[in-house]
Amino acid sequence: MKFGVIVFPGSNCDEDLYYVLKHHMQQEVVKLWHKDRDLQNCDFIFLPGGFSYGDYLRSGAIARFSPIMENVFNHAEKGGFVMGICNGFQILTEAHLLPGALLHNDNRKFICKNVFLKAEHNHSLITSKLDLQKAYQIPIAHGEGRFYADNNTLQELNANGQILFRYCDAQGNVSEASNANGSLQNIAGVCNKSKNVFGMMPHPERAADTLLSNTDGRALFQSIIEMVEA
Amino acid sequence: MKFIAEIEVMPKKEILDPQGKAVKLGLANLGINEVVDVRIGRHITLTIEAVNESEAKAQTAKACEKLLANLIMESFQFKISAA
Repeated sequence: MKFGVIVFPGSNCDEDLYYVLKHHMQQEVVKLWHKDRDLQNCDFIFLPGGFSYGDYLRSGAIARFSPIMENVFNHAEKGGFVMGICNGFQILTEAHLLPGALLHNDNRKFICKNVFLKAEHNHSLITSKLDLQKAYQIPIAHGEGRFYADNNTLQELNANGQILFRYCDAQGNVSEASNANGSLQNIAGVCNKSKNVFGMMPHPERAADTLLSNTDGRALFQSIIEMVEA
Repeated sequence: MKFIAEIEVMPKKEILDPQGKAVKLGLANLGINEVVDVRIGRHITLTIEAVNESEAKAQTAKACEKLLANLIMESFQFKISAA
């Protein structure tokens, strides 16, 4: 499995993601410049966090038109894996590869803290090996992470198992109090209908190194790798 | 011919606008209590080179739909005039 991490102008989690994949997960990984078009035969494309194009206009709105995105669309259409974390998630919703939109947090603050997440099911590559009872501690760092979709879309997402993660408390309770940013139904991560494109606001790559005293995020990367190698 | 497109992009009615809410609070603190609601959007001006007004209109609509507004969360309207 070869991973590619796209670097947009303003990406700032590309190095963390690259480091985790290469050194902790021992995977083949390359960085892909947004102005290039070649995906270098990567099987799994990551769009990292950051502030692509300075978040001008709307977060992710301009990055979706970067030259490399055309082949990301082709890759996704052929069933290739694509995942966006934080700003990457915003880019994928702007590109309509993922449903919904990410609005300003309801409290209007940039929130940078550890939150808890619960995986919804094991029927996706990202969540395949996760413990559904466990509250995973993963940090968020965003100003625009409030997941929104209209009612019909929400119903579809629930019915198709497209919701991957919901914000919860340390005990795993999904409630209004544990909703980090005002997202509808506490949604923290979703996937497309064919379950090959994924997006989440929290940063698993920031919770994968023992030096940072939190390795809960590793389970997500392990899910991907074990599932593919199996 | 040059045309000016005056575009207004607004968050959809059903969407909570936290910026508008914060500004409403600020207005109340200022003593302006009569304001019932505040919604904040953005105003974009494009200068367009086009053969006629209908082409300028078509270009503006395309720009709004593809980039300037996200139709999941925003709506837009615009006016075209000769520059």
